[in-house]
Amino acid sequence: MTKIGVLGLQGAVREHVRSIEACGAEALIVKKKEQLAEIDGLILPGGESTTMRRLINQYDFFEPLQQFGERGKPIFGTCAGLILLATEIVGQDNAHLQLMNMKVERNAFGRQKDSFEAKLHITGVAEDFQAVFIRAPFIVDVGNQVEVLARHNDAIVAAREGHYLCSAFHPELTEDDRLTQYFVNMVEESKKELAS
Amino acid sequence: MSNIGTDRVKRGMAEMQKGGVIMDVVNAEQAKIAEEAGAVAVMALERVPSDIRAAGGVARMADLSIVEEVLNAVSIPVMAKARIGHIVEARVLESMGVDYLDESEVLTPADEVFHLNKKDYTVPFVCGCRDLGEAARRIGEGASMLRTKGEPGTGNIVEAVRHMREVQGQVRRLVGMSYDEIMTFAKELGAPYEVLVGIKENGRLPVVNFAAGGIATPADAALMMELGADGVFVGSGIFKSDDPAKYAKAIVEATTHYQDYELIAKVSKGIGSAMKGIEIGTIAPEQRMQDRGW
Repeated sequence: MTKIGVLGLQGAVREHVRSIEACGAEALIVKKKEQLAEIDGLILPGGESTTMRRLINQYDFFEPLQQFGERGKPIFGTCAGLILLATEIVGQDNAHLQLMNMKVERNAFGRQKDSFEAKLHITGVAEDFQAVFIRAPFIVDVGNQVEVLARHNDAIVAAREGHYLCSAFHPELTEDDRLTQYFVNMVEESKKELAS
Repeated sequence: MSNIGTDRVKRGMAEMQKGGVIMDVVNAEQAKIAEEAGAVAVMALERVPSDIRAAGGVARMADLSIVEEVLNAVSIPVMAKARIGHIVEARVLESMGVDYLDESEVLTPADEVFHLNKKDYTVPFVCGCRDLGEAARRIGEGASMLRTKGEPGTGNIVEAVRHMREVQGQVRRLVGMSYDEIMTFAKELGAPYEVLVGIKENGRLPVVNFAAGGIATPADAALMMELGADGVFVGSGIFKSDDPAKYAKAIVEATTHYQDYELIAKVSKGIGSAMKGIEIGTIAPEQRMQDRGW
């Protein structure tokens, strides 16, 4: 069975586990770097990106996470997870994992009082996806290899670059598992490719 | 088309804080120390609970220049406290862009009968509870997050433990009940029936429940996680300790890895003394903050 990890240092971990299981895959909460060897794909959940980055450093997750991606294993970052994946962050000198070629802006829609829900068209996933944005970032600019999957007004809010996927919103907070299913499919395809 | 202030957006914000530590701060410098230590949010206050306790008098919403200073100092969410039932304090803090409001018993209540109708606000609310009845009443009024009350500003964990055990135990009892028992349970608890039915069906509270009120050490924080808290609020515990920056980091680590006892031992060493605590029995009944709220 395909096994998908959720980085369990902080944030909305339980919800992703539910969604992964609803898609017929096995879920593992990853709290130690050694557990990365057990999984076929990884979700970086929503939470506080600054907090998660500090915890990633403290538990020596930084290089193992980069190597996980560089070995071709799929990673899906939601909200804070999207920030962790980006190569560039507006107003900050240093980005985090730098696995996806894109520039992102934190809290780009405003503070909590500006947090919102909206229906999105997500290429290859859904015409009418109810997306929950919480103090969400958006993607300001993407590299040539990055495919934009969804926009809200003009802002890019979902994208894919090869085996990396990200969304500025929280698919795990609704019962709509279609985006998680899309990622599970990516993981299953990569598993076949990596095996051959 | 987009909708702001929905239940999903308000409750979801608290979901993102899970597994984290929310720290009380009284200025920009402390807020930065908290952020650097890995806090998931800060609570902007004029005085931490132990100082409120020592000062006496009426405790109100913080000086708004402090709230503004903290809002500008950090990129993590900023919370602030309004007095129970004080509609205008809550509205003013909401208008300033505070990310989460605490309708808090740490401040002197403005209304001794009614809490705020929290459904009216775009900003989400966290409220204190000592048992499932109080938790369900606050959810019924629209709270998007709960915290056990404990006894704030004491550095004594005993009340936080009592309240967390009470809420968790009552949730377990409710989940095991048959439907014909729930209305009478609702009557006993003074809880809205529909909220209880929802908890029974989902097997848990519909919102995140943090622990608060007396957490003074890394081991205290880990204990509350062990008892089922989704995260912890640390008030006086950090900035009343000898070395706040080290202390804050140790509490964050112990919360994340609350079952890794070797790690808790490691982070608890060489961080200086915890705040001096207060025995609950020595607090006059009218000074008990947990009894505020109805």
